[in-house]
Amino acid sequence: MKISTLFYTIRQGVANIFRNKWYSFASIATISACLFLFGIFYAIVANFESIVKTAEEGVSVTVFFHYEGDSFEYGTNCSPDHVVPSDQRIEEIGQMILNRAEVSDVVFISDDEAWKDFAAERYGEVYAVGFPENPLAGENSYEVFLSDVSMQSALVTWLESIPEVRRVNYSELTANTLSGVNLLIAYVSMGIIIILLAVSIFLISNTVAIGISVRSAEINIMKYIGATDFFVRAPFVLEGMLIGLMGAAIPLGIIYSIYNYALTYVIERFSILSSFLNFLPVDELFRILVPVSLGVGIGIGFLGSLSTVRKHLRV
Amino acid sequence: MANKVMQKRRREQMIEENGVIYLNNVSKSYSTGSPALNGISLNIGRGEFVFIVGDSGSGKSTLIKLLLRELTATSGNVYVLGHDLGRLRHRQIPKFRRNLGVVFQDFRLLNDRNVYENVAFAQRIVETPGSEIRRNVPAILATVGLAGKYKAKTTKLSGGEQQRVALARALINNPSILLADEPTGNLDPKNSWEIMKLLEEINESGTTIVVVTHNREIVNAMRKRVITMKKGVIVSDEEGGAYIDED
Repeated sequence: MKISTLFYTIRQGVANIFRNKWYSFASIATISACLFLFGIFYAIVANFESIVKTAEEGVSVTVFFHYEGDSFEYGTNCSPDHVVPSDQRIEEIGQMILNRAEVSDVVFISDDEAWKDFAAERYGEVYAVGFPENPLAGENSYEVFLSDVSMQSALVTWLESIPEVRRVNYSELTANTLSGVNLLIAYVSMGIIIILLAVSIFLISNTVAIGISVRSAEINIMKYIGATDFFVRAPFVLEGMLIGLMGAAIPLGIIYSIYNYALTYVIERFSILSSFLNFLPVDELFRILVPVSLGVGIGIGFLGSLSTVRKHLRV
Repeated sequence: MANKVMQKRRREQMIEENGVIYLNNVSKSYSTGSPALNGISLNIGRGEFVFIVGDSGSGKSTLIKLLLRELTATSGNVYVLGHDLGRLRHRQIPKFRRNLGVVFQDFRLLNDRNVYENVAFAQRIVETPGSEIRRNVPAILATVGLAGKYKAKTTKLSGGEQQRVALARALINNPSILLADEPTGNLDPKNSWEIMKLLEEINESGTTIVVVTHNREIVNAMRKRVITMKKGVIVSDEEGGAYIDED
């Protein structure tokens, strides 16, 4: 293709938008409306997921080890042949736990730290003074944070199989609830996003198809005077892509400008929940939303115009 | 390369032997009804001026569509400028059509563009350099008598002027054959005659002209070759002929 033909194609693609301004306006408005709804829904789902994720990150499993003189305790791994780990072995186990895929962090809590925190939290500093020795002596532990709470029970089973481990503390209910909520959000959001995208694709491609159909006479003329399919198709496809680009950029701009206002409003209105509500910053939200919206807008413009023009090329 | 040269030679030979348009026992049937064309054979030589006449349903439009390779024959062979149109692949059609100029009764102009753009469009399709387009378009517009109207929107022109734009567009790439389907069908007698005079001038410069028309007065006055069709067959083919009445 000659450079002059390329420029001609670009000029025609842009000019077509203005020549058919009502069709262009209708197409851009349709794409914008669909992608605006999609963007709003995505913002809600992404924030909801982020809140659940934050809650998940707070879920931990505590691992206690055998020590010299520990006694039998219901629900513990305390058998006569239990193994008391050395400090080095405890470190090794800590490393083994950290290496597991479902684990995000492991924090070692010594018996002294455990008593200090417990006493301060439950009785205050004064009461603790009444204990000349640490009642929790030997209760060294790891606090294990999970990156995926649905894997908690597998992790607990593995931890309990370690001979040096005396007891594993965890909350099955919290993990199950969070993992259930997470799964629910994933299914519902996937379902709604698929429906929204399907409706968008249908509406947008129909609008593009109508816009091109009314110009089938123009395509016929081009074909009669010897235009190749590419020559006829290229300006229409470019036009479709530009309309898709504009239709995607407008809702992105609107969402960008109203997002922070909306967050401020929600936080002020529901200040009691502010410690739970961990909203995503707009930049993080747009890391996914921008490529998806632009891809859908430009992609539908491209495919819609390509397939519709093809129907009119058989002259 | 050698293959292309051979093909070109073969086409030239075909034109020498059978003319620029050659139909051999061509039939065309649509899915319903009787055949639109029924075993017609026809030769049109280089530089001829031919009228094709006949009532509605006689097969004239089907014939034009076959010549433009918009349709393919159900049986028989259609050769235009030595190309066997039945064997032409879809991607070869645009290049083939650039050898033809075509004019329609309803002008078929791009109404969102001005006169200059409508004519220049045909040159852009064949990737003519911009400098040549800027030279050729005013020249051809002058030939059809529209030198002063190149900036006008086509919708602001009279029927006669619109047909001149269509004619300029059809001629700008120097086609070997000009097909005109009812070119005066939407024009008053004065404009009709002006268009026919233009066609005659174009023919004098060597272009083969095929005009499908209902205009009895023009056909009878111009005394050209007249092919009369009726119900899909050629009933008369006469040099210097006249419009034959149906009854």
